[in-house]
Amino acid sequence: MVLKIENLTVKLPKGADREFAIEDVSLHVDKGEIVCVVGESGSGKSVTAFTIMGLIPRKELTPVAGKILLEGEDLLTKDNSEMRKFRGSRIGMIFQEPMTALNPVMKVGRQIEELLTIHTKHNEQERKKIILEAMDAVKLPDPTKIFNTYPHQLSGGQRQRIMIAMALVLEPNLLIADEPTTALDVTTQAEVLTLVKEIQRIKGMGVLFITHDFGVVADIADRVVVMQNGLVVEEGTRDKILHSPEHPYTQMLINSVPSLDPPDRSMENVQDTKVVEMSSVHKTYGSLGIFGKGRTVKAVQDVSLDLHGGELVGIVGESGSGKSTLARCLVRLIDPTEGSITINGKNISTLSRGLLRPHRSEFQIVFQDPYRSLNPRRTIEQSLIEGPMNFGMGRTEAVAKAREVLEIVGISPDAMGRFPHQFSGGQRQRICIARAVVMEPKLIVADEAVSALDVSVQRQVLDLFLDIRQRFGMAMLFITHDLRVAAQVCDRVVVMQHGKVVEQGKTTDVYNNPQHPYTQELLAAAPGRDVKFNQL
Amino acid sequence: MFYVIKRILATIPVMVVVALFVFCIIRLGPGDPASVIAGDYATAEDIQEIRIKLGLADPIPVQMGKWFVQLASGDLGKSYHSNMQVTKLISQRLEPTLLLAVTTILLTVFVAIPLGTLAAYKAGSWVDKFVMIFSVAGFSIPVFVLGYILVYIFAMELRWLPVQGYRSPFDDGFLLFLKHITMPAVTLSVIYIALISRMTRASVVEVLNEDYVRTARAKGQSEFKILLRHALPNAAVPIVTVLGISIALMIGGVVVTESVYNIPGLGRLVLDAVLSRDYGVIQGLILFFSFIYIFINLLIDLSYTLIDPRIRY
Repeated sequence: MVLKIENLTVKLPKGADREFAIEDVSLHVDKGEIVCVVGESGSGKSVTAFTIMGLIPRKELTPVAGKILLEGEDLLTKDNSEMRKFRGSRIGMIFQEPMTALNPVMKVGRQIEELLTIHTKHNEQERKKIILEAMDAVKLPDPTKIFNTYPHQLSGGQRQRIMIAMALVLEPNLLIADEPTTALDVTTQAEVLTLVKEIQRIKGMGVLFITHDFGVVADIADRVVVMQNGLVVEEGTRDKILHSPEHPYTQMLINSVPSLDPPDRSMENVQDTKVVEMSSVHKTYGSLGIFGKGRTVKAVQDVSLDLHGGELVGIVGESGSGKSTLARCLVRLIDPTEGSITINGKNISTLSRGLLRPHRSEFQIVFQDPYRSLNPRRTIEQSLIEGPMNFGMGRTEAVAKAREVLEIVGISPDAMGRFPHQFSGGQRQRICIARAVVMEPKLIVADEAVSALDVSVQRQVLDLFLDIRQRFGMAMLFITHDLRVAAQVCDRVVVMQHGKVVEQGKTTDVYNNPQHPYTQELLAAAPGRDVKFNQL
Repeated sequence: MFYVIKRILATIPVMVVVALFVFCIIRLGPGDPASVIAGDYATAEDIQEIRIKLGLADPIPVQMGKWFVQLASGDLGKSYHSNMQVTKLISQRLEPTLLLAVTTILLTVFVAIPLGTLAAYKAGSWVDKFVMIFSVAGFSIPVFVLGYILVYIFAMELRWLPVQGYRSPFDDGFLLFLKHITMPAVTLSVIYIALISRMTRASVVEVLNEDYVRTARAKGQSEFKILLRHALPNAAVPIVTVLGISIALMIGGVVVTESVYNIPGLGRLVLDAVLSRDYGVIQGLILFFSFIYIFINLLIDLSYTLIDPRIRY
């Protein structure tokens, strides 16, 4: 047994929403085993991981009971300088966002070397040899060249490989991975997961893998520990947890994961009227400069797309595919370089700001991060009535309207006087949706609107979008990187890569019979393909 | 290396604009230098003669042309009073000022950066509070007040250090130089130590919250090396920026400090030139300081690329 945690309890500082960050947590990781700790935000999964490493701020988070046994030694009894000898050499750790986890002003080779200088007595040449071997083991191309690069010169996948090489260079028996693929694109995620599994098999170490994604769990776990509100609610083998979960919370979580199989769509909601017509829209960033040598980025190239009233169209693609740029062009948050965009019969692509203004109410956008898209200094009421009043509605009428819409999105209208921070993330996203709906738009653009939400909340918000579409019959454009979400809610999907549309069609057609190699690749890379999750 | 050349070339138009500006200030400003030089009892002919001698009688474009030709050959003009070359005057006075500035900067860097880093690392503790109190005090106290307080304590009461004056390390030996430069440098550096330690603290506090600091801890790195290898290099850009601005602002402080300690440097030259309305010297000095300012800015810009590999011009 590599790691054994017994009845670990970590106290939160006074004034937190609960007394303990984690309470009475017991789990173990055997040699050659991948244990996934899965849970939603606030479940205590990350606190557990960081307590093992001794990387929690001791003043705020205090372990008050329990043991953390690493190969028999209790880590909780070690002081900081003793813990330093464990970190990096006997426990390796990889983090969520490799861009920020690497020092931006230090060559990546040197960052790996640091571990060797701290924990070993190898000389310069030996160190270099070990580092190049470690880079080779994580399948980085041309290690000698990469040794001398800085993090910003590498791709996201390469950076995470550097992190993995770093965590494993001293061959620790325990690897802790904290959401290591969450920030990566789906195809890169698949590669990194395969790599972790492969290396784990070769070296035979134990892996504690923190994740919120059941797709990832399905792909990588041997055993699963489910956490909720700081407690372990269920533990079992991968198959047991995925196929016959016992605890109601686990059941709820697994039932909330959207299936990759799109349901048959009746299309009854789709009207004949075209709300949006985009034809050959281009967006190029940067300019040629005076000498014609400036750098330009073609973010969107030649995209044509129509949306009917009541239709829900998804745009899927990885980061850098141009999907968000397209959404922003569509609602004229940025100006398209070329092409025409007609909304509700009016070409808005070249209208001046002043002329565009009266049309703004017709198209609304909901953003990814509900924490940042509501003004923290204004009450919900103020945020909701601002739009309609800008378009000439009286205050009493606007307030009545806001109450009505809040009711629809499932927020009590009596909470209208509160500020955004008094709501949870899911509630805030509902408020953002209400803010869009209150304008009675013909089109709602949702830019990764459910990506920041926990899976159970995500499910509810998706239901809300479908409900609103049905009730008001507006067109919706759903920008997402999550193939599962797109499968469940979209009538039609558009696949984008490098600024271009590579494939579009009915959701069922695209998912069941993808034509373009890139679509095929995307679908094949989606984690947990072989497990059937629920259709919405 | 291409961007280094590009940056250096980019300073040329700036220098030209500065030269033009200085040229205009002197010509368009109120008062005629010729009549000032000639004195109260001069006749119109006397003034005209002086004007011709100084080249002020030529048409403005001709004056400008001559001025630029002069500048291009490294000539900053002449003193209207002593008729000495301004470059000569500057070179005579350069050593004390330069050494005072360098000592002050070294003192600032070696005190302020460790102090600020320590305050950041111990953020919220009494060490942090002490550094911040010192910083506020340092901001508030005028150079001449501090100067006289130091003179009173260390020169007059304790008699450890000389009251005033300057000794060259080349002619009089390093120890004597050090004795004379210590108080002026401390006086001048206090405000910069206050500023830079505050800046360092703010910058390092922010960097210490970054993920890569956590990664360094996860590697088992010691806290000291985390500060040295991970926090400071990442916190350096704003610190260097402020340090650069401080060096530029130091010109003003030097004038006062040199007066307090009676150091025969550029600051005194500026003061004397202003008091005697020696336009020739003022003009030359403004240009000289402007070029130094531009040069320091160039160095700072270039140092960014060394500090942070993500910055390229």
